[in-house]
Amino acid sequence: MVNQIARRLLTLIPVLVVVGITTFVLGHLTPGDPAAVMAGDSATPEQVERIRHALGLDLPLPVQLTTWAGRVVQGNLGDSIFMKEPVGQAILQRVEPTGLLTLLSLFFAILIGVPAGIIAAVRRNSWIDRLAMGISLAGVCIPSFWLGILLILLFAVFLHLLPAAGYVSLSEDPAACLRYLLMPAFSLGLAHAAFLARITRSSMLEVLHEDYVRTARSKGLGKTAVLIRHAFPNVLVPVLTVIGNSTAALLSGAVTTEVVFTLPGIGRMMIQSIARRDYPVIQGVVLCVAVVYVLVNLAVDIAYVFVDPRIRQGER
Amino acid sequence: MSKLRLPSTIEAPHISSRSSSLHWVWLLLHDSGAVVGGLIVLLVVVLAVFGAPLTGHDPLRVEPFNRLLPPSSSHWLGTDALGRDLLTRMLYGARVSLLVGLGTMVVSTLLGGLGGLVAGFFQSLDGIIMRIMDGLMAFPSILLAVAIMAARGPGIENVIIAITVTTVPRLARLIRGQVMVTRELTYVEAATAVGSKPLRILFWHILPNSVSPLIVQASFTFAVAVVTEAALSFLGAGVPPQEPAWGNMLQESMAVMMAAPWVSIFPGSAIAITVLGLNLLGDGLRDCLDPRTEESS
Repeated sequence: MVNQIARRLLTLIPVLVVVGITTFVLGHLTPGDPAAVMAGDSATPEQVERIRHALGLDLPLPVQLTTWAGRVVQGNLGDSIFMKEPVGQAILQRVEPTGLLTLLSLFFAILIGVPAGIIAAVRRNSWIDRLAMGISLAGVCIPSFWLGILLILLFAVFLHLLPAAGYVSLSEDPAACLRYLLMPAFSLGLAHAAFLARITRSSMLEVLHEDYVRTARSKGLGKTAVLIRHAFPNVLVPVLTVIGNSTAALLSGAVTTEVVFTLPGIGRMMIQSIARRDYPVIQGVVLCVAVVYVLVNLAVDIAYVFVDPRIRQGER
Repeated sequence: MSKLRLPSTIEAPHISSRSSSLHWVWLLLHDSGAVVGGLIVLLVVVLAVFGAPLTGHDPLRVEPFNRLLPPSSSHWLGTDALGRDLLTRMLYGARVSLLVGLGTMVVSTLLGGLGGLVAGFFQSLDGIIMRIMDGLMAFPSILLAVAIMAARGPGIENVIIAITVTTVPRLARLIRGQVMVTRELTYVEAATAVGSKPLRILFWHILPNSVSPLIVQASFTFAVAVVTEAALSFLGAGVPPQEPAWGNMLQESMAVMMAAPWVSIFPGSAIAITVLGLNLLGDGLRDCLDPRTEESS
């Protein structure tokens, strides 16, 4: 088992290399001269040249890549041009809303999606099944940011039940924090709940036809016991895969959701940085989120090993 | 009671001989979901192409006296914060969405298909191509697209490029898997034995077996492109803000949604309905062409 995890860790290296090179190239695709941006409009050509030299931008690209990679490995993502602070620090200050939003959306997705999928599979072709699959099709088709706008219209503008936008930090007031995150997390999580319900349903239908489920039923076990103890564990692997993929999409969707609900998170900072042409921030956010995503997938792969004994014994 | 299990060597490779005949079209026409989906897509296309100039309004003309009018007989879906006719802007917005969807679909199918074919067939190139694809897949898609847009600036071509970078890796991986199965089949071995050149085998014998998953995915890629374009434009990193695009309209609606909820509701419905049509069509195509692939990607 340790061996498998170690082997999985090794496969991370090429992925991280490609992630790093892509991020570096993105930074260099940007139009305009970062040195000129930093120097400001009133700078003389000599001043711009001096800044370019100080930043190492006059060196050959491979040299720049290696020095940049060296800095990044030490955790130094450079300085924000606009905010005058290290990018790493700026990201850390905004991790809380993004992190909580992602976790709460995932919670909604699992809480709604998995039971809905199981019920739909057990009561196949009943009205519950049709209703669940109908809602899930709608959930897949409605863009999360538009759902967010609709929720604001309903719960904030018409019913005055929840705050339309803004954020209170968890340490300040946990209850208020939850109130501010409820709509964003639901709008972001629903599409994933829908997808999860579809996968859970189709895997469950497959499992329910297996011989061991029939055996368990024929030896007299109750329906619920068979469902929970025999069928459900076998659905966990595909469900875990979807959860792993969803995390990346949630981090993606968090960007639009943060903008809709003006949450002071990483995604909104990135969008604000586009207008300000603050490329080190954009680069830093993209790199950090990609690394987090790679680590989440690693965690999911390790979780497989615990969930599925066949994988543990190396059968697959 | 026991099911008769065929030996796996016979049942394993899915060779869609059906796709070469046109049997699947017949199947598709008998799939009610696919037909509904196809009609929705057709309706959106017809409205975008022919309907846009028929409303009698200019999508860009600002009429301050007519701002935020509710739906009426002269403005069927009302007007926006600058007094522009909402329906007209939505119809022109449909052109943007369809253009981005079509462009992304064609370019990603070509690049993803080619990448997958080459990676699956030439083992010497497999490692390097798939490592690059894995690396690109490590980026959450909207984040990568936003970063590319930030680097390249607003514009429809750039939106297509940015979304394509995020869709190609998944397509390439799918086709590579298909090719690796097909490569081992007897008829490929036979073609090699009679002396066919590798490129002929690749394009003549292996490519036809990868066409079904590509057609199925094309519809889903189109849907993803429509949603992603809307999200990018909504974030101010897509189509230039003055142009009528569904994402831009939703962005503008945020400021006035309390006074005029219809400005938010209609453009979003357009996105949802278009995506619904594409997804229904894609589900139908999958059931008819490619019954073995699950909805995993």
